[in-house]
Amino acid sequence: MESWKQNKVVFWVTALPGVVWLLLFFLIPLALIWGMSVGEKTSIIDIEITGTLDNYVRSFQAVYLKIIWKSIWISIVSTAVCLAIAYPIAFGICFSPARWRPFLLLLVILPFWINLLIRTYALIAVFRTRGTLNFTLEWLWNLAFLDRLVGPFQPLELLYNNGAVIVGMVYVFMPFMVLPLYATIERLDRSYLEASLDLGASQWRTFFSVTVPLTMPGIVSGIILVFIPMLGMFLVPDLLGGTNAIMIGNVITDQFKAANDWPFGAALSFLLMYVTFAALALRAFVSARIKGAVGV
Amino acid sequence: MTYIPKFHASRRSVLKGSGAAFIGLTMMPRFALSQEEKKLNFYNWDTYIGETTLADFNEASGIEVKMDLYADNAELFAKLKEGNPGYDVIIPTNDYVERMMAAGMLDKLDKSKIPNMSNIADAFKDASFDPGRNYSVPYMWGTLGIGYRKSKVKDASSWKAVLAGDENAGRISLLGDGESVIGVALQYLGHSFNSVVPAEMKAAEELLIAGKKDVKVYADDNGQDLLASGEVDLAMEWNGDIIQVMSEDDDLSYSVPKEGSLLWQDCVCIPKGAPHPDNAHAFINYLLDADAGVKIADTIQYATANAAAKAKMDEAYTGNPGIFPPDDVIAKCEASLYSEEKTKLRNESWTRIQAA
Repeated sequence: MESWKQNKVVFWVTALPGVVWLLLFFLIPLALIWGMSVGEKTSIIDIEITGTLDNYVRSFQAVYLKIIWKSIWISIVSTAVCLAIAYPIAFGICFSPARWRPFLLLLVILPFWINLLIRTYALIAVFRTRGTLNFTLEWLWNLAFLDRLVGPFQPLELLYNNGAVIVGMVYVFMPFMVLPLYATIERLDRSYLEASLDLGASQWRTFFSVTVPLTMPGIVSGIILVFIPMLGMFLVPDLLGGTNAIMIGNVITDQFKAANDWPFGAALSFLLMYVTFAALALRAFVSARIKGAVGV
Repeated sequence: MTYIPKFHASRRSVLKGSGAAFIGLTMMPRFALSQEEKKLNFYNWDTYIGETTLADFNEASGIEVKMDLYADNAELFAKLKEGNPGYDVIIPTNDYVERMMAAGMLDKLDKSKIPNMSNIADAFKDASFDPGRNYSVPYMWGTLGIGYRKSKVKDASSWKAVLAGDENAGRISLLGDGESVIGVALQYLGHSFNSVVPAEMKAAEELLIAGKKDVKVYADDNGQDLLASGEVDLAMEWNGDIIQVMSEDDDLSYSVPKEGSLLWQDCVCIPKGAPHPDNAHAFINYLLDADAGVKIADTIQYATANAAAKAKMDEAYTGNPGIFPPDDVIAKCEASLYSEEKTKLRNESWTRIQAA
């Protein structure tokens, strides 16, 4: 294949739409928001970019750090649950008969066709005190005569707590985890698994020493695809969370709407982005160390 | 029996993020006499106009009204902040009228073109936030209060029931709007809804943090659904939202607590840069007409500020204490006043309350 340097016209013609798109819809708006984050409100509607760091200093107040930390651990737990559920699903799809695969993949993607807000409201209908799940449990409870033995069924409080937020996040982001995993597991050369088993490794050992390392790229991209949007999520904690549900995404939304303090909202957004970059850098550093240690 | 949540599309309960729906009336104008084209762009809350009002106005004036919808004041403000995208008439709530006036985002009204201003109820002829009514015309008003399930709640006559209501623990929802929740807590403590006195605000914040253990959720505009489905038995909510679910469930009721509450007022205004100011004045005048006002109030069931229209309404509407609370209760209610400082302090306090 010839190098792009030998055919610059073709290169620029094909690259131009992407470059313009990136510039117009990503870099320029991002630069504006960054400018705002070092700006001040001079009136109700005017913002002047003054180079002040006040907004960042304000972001480091204990209350905001606490909320950022909470967003991080909720996202970590949700991502882990997502991975634990998505991996077997992706594995199952890959090892199912070929004619079933498109159908099974469709089932994973199907929720995408419905608006996120509607899906979240549907979860409320399932989990609320007088919701589908509690009614089903009550029916089973009565079916087992537990109402006569133990007492009447007490509905479970499934909504408006951190557990509900985690369940909601896992539900919303599951397809983003399944798809990259599916893509790598499908490319997995199965003769490695057979070799490992033939050479006496247990199923368990084969999975952790062969399958997981070989599918690591899918695991990593799945984690990144899921963890980062979770960090900024505001809809799910808003609808499913209780009185402690606030996450950093909610605080940022507030700044752009009710509080009308765009500079502070911009600073918080960028703080979140710095955290994300730090996490990605840490990952690159750790994987470089691992490679170095193994000597690959 | 499974409860299926109903999406009440009321003025304040529009699903956030659902985006503005769009309704265009495409009747052709019959006459084109004035220089201004016979068009009007109206930016309104969802289900906040009479069913036939826009068509009737078109019939009467030949002006074609195109209506866009917004879900909350913040959305309206954010959209107009960077310049008017072409709207002629908007309906902000009083504190936003004040904010937009301060930001120079509203046009002064030419009262000579609005003779129906004489139909406005006496209590609304003037306003603290717009002295002399130069920028705003009152449309509908209402209160914040407690919607509750009569069979499960003994006493909802005080804010105590939801703010320090141990006996109702776990069955309470408060609004997700910090400015209002903190304001009401201040009123319960005997202060002004609009107080920015540090000691008073601190006391309100502590009260709300202490009360958190009893609150199930800060509901973003769906308190009435939580109440109707039995998820909670007390919900701090806007009167119009509770009245809607009351009409479907006899066990529900609404009270404006004795300590006083927030009294809001939505106003018709013309944003700066409106492309059709003459049509806008004609439309505002039409909204204040007695018969048009009757049709609007009949559809949306909010308290109208149009006295001529109220006089023509039936007892079921005028006698509904949820719509028109008793005078002694109204006397204790306050309007939310706008100040940048208050907004900032309230928002920070609200973040602390939620993170506590």
